[in-house]
Formats: sequence, structure tokens, C-alpha cells
Amino acid sequence: MEYFQQQFIAIFGAEWGVMLYAFASNMTFIFAIVIPLLLGVAYLTFAERKIIAYMQIRVGPNRVTFFGIPWLRGWGQPIADAVKAIMKEIVIPTGANKFLFVLAPVLAIMPALAAWAVIPFSPELVLADINAGLLYILAMTSMGIYGIIIAGWASNSKYAFLGAMRSAAQVVSYELAMGFALVCVLMMSQSLNLGDIVNGQQGGSFLNWYLIPLFPMFLVYLISGVAETNRAPFDVAEGESEIVAGFHVDYSGMAFTVFFLAEYSNMILVATLTSIMFLGGWLPPIDMAPFTMIPGFVWLLLKIAFILFLFLWFRATFPRYRYDQIMRLGWKVFIPITLIWIVLLGTIMQLPESIRNIFPLSIWF
Amino acid sequence: MDRIKKFFSTFLLFELLKGMAVTGRYLFKPKITVHFPEEKTPQSPRFRGLHALRRYPNGEERCIACKLCEAVCPAMAITIDSEQRADGTRRTTRYDIDLSKCIFCGFCEESCPVDSIVETRVLEYHGEKRGDLIYTKEMLLAIGDRYEEQIAKDREADARYR
Repeated sequence: MEYFQQQFIAIFGAEWGVMLYAFASNMTFIFAIVIPLLLGVAYLTFAERKIIAYMQIRVGPNRVTFFGIPWLRGWGQPIADAVKAIMKEIVIPTGANKFLFVLAPVLAIMPALAAWAVIPFSPELVLADINAGLLYILAMTSMGIYGIIIAGWASNSKYAFLGAMRSAAQVVSYELAMGFALVCVLMMSQSLNLGDIVNGQQGGSFLNWYLIPLFPMFLVYLISGVAETNRAPFDVAEGESEIVAGFHVDYSGMAFTVFFLAEYSNMILVATLTSIMFLGGWLPPIDMAPFTMIPGFVWLLLKIAFILFLFLWFRATFPRYRYDQIMRLGWKVFIPITLIWIVLLGTIMQLPESIRNIFPLSIWF
Repeated sequence: MDRIKKFFSTFLLFELLKGMAVTGRYLFKPKITVHFPEEKTPQSPRFRGLHALRRYPNGEERCIACKLCEAVCPAMAITIDSEQRADGTRRTTRYDIDLSKCIFCGFCEESCPVDSIVETRVLEYHGEKRGDLIYTKEMLLAIGDRYEEQIAKDREADARYR
């Protein structure tokens, strides 16, 4: 690193060299995050098709080979899909607002990728180690809804508009429950910095993870995350049997694919946040020899993969919620639960030390 | 009491977990998909696929142009023209089946007094342009010649039920 900085200073001079070096190193880091992320999205679609197929006793995509290697049957499918999407024409409907129509997919994917800036992949591996990381994440995930609303509006179609309305109402309601669940996390960790949140869960084993003391919040966060990303069983925004495809009914080709990428990278983001905030991020489940030998990044990946598998499992299992049921669940069940838990947590934290030590709560508080 | 029980089983996600257990079990079940070009499902001898016109063992075509099949065809997919040959027998000059009209009901096969028009087990055929699926007499006879062995075996297997 030092060597490259020296080179930059030697070529561009002291003032420009430092600036350009900072730019170049940040860009490298950004690409190092975004490219694996997009590849992950591609193979998440493949995993989704395979796992759901297996749960429905089918076999899923198994024809497109990867570079002709016979035992990788089906692994070329996401690449073939991507090539197909790139080849297709982007049809802009006559009545559509052209500017907003093109802007919407960009607005959908931008926050989905930008939120990854503050994710700590290991104690030192983080692009922007900012102190208000949690707030930044909340802000970015809320921004994603603009893409959906604008897409629904710009398409000038009633199905797209209905999908956008549903999606807006749903995401706004679940944002609240999600925010309250995160308030509990931040009460426990006393920090908004994601790295500090993970460090707060250190202490020997998985019993120290926030999963245990905040288990109801974990469930609320996970379910709100599913609702937030408009995934089944909360996918009324797309609801193919009711309103065709919802907000992206008029999109085709790459514009549609960008929405797809945004949805799936949001899924991965929610899975990552869940594993960072409740499953101890890069921490191994037990702080002992065979587990500590595996690097923290791998543990994080495993946890993300598990949460993503849960997402796919939900989709294969549950039928779609009715719209009023979604609203009832968000407002009348989740928000009261989170509020009660915040009060309970606050009370426990304010108890004098002597009383707290009577209960076996001291490992968390 | 029942209501309280129901409330808790819903609230503690017990019902959802039961549902997930079902799909989780199915994840590991053997898959029932038939991998089509490599594996094929068994066919009945009565399978109604592509049509064929048969011949007698001496090479004479069976069809006597009685036009019963043309009359019985509910989709009106069969067109027949006939003439008297020099030896005094009546034979077809034209026997067309429009497979894009055909509904594969098997009535032509049932109505045929000489077992001439039959439906084979062939189901993998296609047309690449319009008109490719109108099969003429020559094509149908060629199909009959090609699959005669299978056709005869299937007729024999089914004979005692007729």
C-alpha cells in the first residue's frame, strides 16, 4: 500500500499524488465489493431456482453447462440469462414519462449498492468505517422505495401504479418495525458503528450474540426484511397473479434486470445486516481452536448464506399474504412487540448492578 | 382455552415452522422429474401419435378409399381423392392429413375397415414452416413402411380387446 502511494506521489507530485492514490484505492475497494456482489446476485437467482425446485421435488435448471464441464450442469444458467437480458430491447411505452422511466431502475439499484459501503466484512475490512453506519443503512434502504414508486408512476399503467402504491405502503410500515428492532440492537451495543456492534457481541460463544437476548427482535427484523425487499410471502408489490408484475410490468431487457439486481442485492444486504447485528458478524460460533482457524470473512459468508437460504425457504413454503393482513401484521403485531421489548430492555439495563447479577443476564448487559 | 392455544401457536410461529418442516423434508426427497431426451415415460400400445398408412405384406397399399375416416374426422383434417385403377380396384390418388388440425382422437383408426390408417407411437416430429405439418400420402406411406414392425406388434397386443 505504502509502495503504491509512493509511486503515485512520484508520478503526480505530492498534492495530486495523495489525492489520486486515495481515489484509486477507494475505487479498487468499491469494485472489489460490487463485482463479487453482482456475481453473488447472479448465483443467488440460480440457488433460488434450484432450492425451490428441490423443495417441489423438481430438479430446476440443469441444461446450460459452465464451459462445457459436464458436472456443472445448470451453472451456466445465470450467465445465459444475463446475456439474454442484455440482448433484449428496452421498450419504453408511448405514454410513459421517458426521463423518469429510465431514472427509476437507477434509483432502485443505487441505494442497494451504496449501502454496502459501511458493511464490515472483517475487523479491518470495511470501505467506510463511519460512526453513524446504522443510520446510513436505514437511510439507504429507505431510499430504495423511490425507484419502485417512480417506476410505477412513470410506466403510466394502472397495474404498475397499483404495485408501486402497495409497495410504498408496505415498505414504509415495515421500516418502522425494522427501525425499532435496530433500536434494541443499538441499546445493547451502545454504538451506531457496525464494527462496534459486532465487537459488542464478542465474549466466547454464540450465547453472546444478540440473537439470544433479542430473539423476538431477530424474528421481527428478519420478517420485516423479507417484507422490505418485497419477497414472498410479502410480494404483493409484484403479485403476478393479481397485478401482472406490479411496478416493473412495463420494463424489459436490461432495465428489468436492473430492478432484479436491486431486489436481490437488497436481499443479500438484509441477510448481511441480520448476520452482523444478530448473528455476530465475523465472529466464530465458539471461540476455540478449530473455529478460530477459519477466517472471520468465511464465517460472515456462511451466516449470510444461511439467512439467504431461509429467504428461499420462506418463498417455497408460504402462500402470499393478503394485503390487509400484511398491514395488520406490520402495524398491530410488530410495532407493539418491538415497543414492549424496547421498554423491557431499557428497564433491565437501568436495573442496579446488584439486582441484575441475581438473574443470569450479566453476560449480555 | 382453545383460543388461547391457537393464539400461542400462531404467535410463536409454531404453524409456520411446521410448514417449513414439510418443505424442508421435501428438499431431500428423490426428484421425480423425467429428464426427457435421455429418459422417456412408458407408452401404451394404444398411444395415438403421428399417423401412418400401412401396406399388405405383398406391398399393396391397404387403403381402399372408402372415405370413412374422412367422414368421421371431427376436425376435418383428412382430404381424400380417389380413382379406379386399371385392375379395377379403387385406390386413393390423394390422402392428406393436416396435422395442425388433427386432434389425435383416433376415430380414423377406429373407422378404418382394413386397418390402413393407424396412429403410431411417434410423438417427436415438428414443422419448421407453414405447410410442413400437412402430411401427404407418400409421407404417410413412408412412415408406415418405417415403423411397420412396431405398428404390427401394437395392433396384435391390442387385438384381443377389440
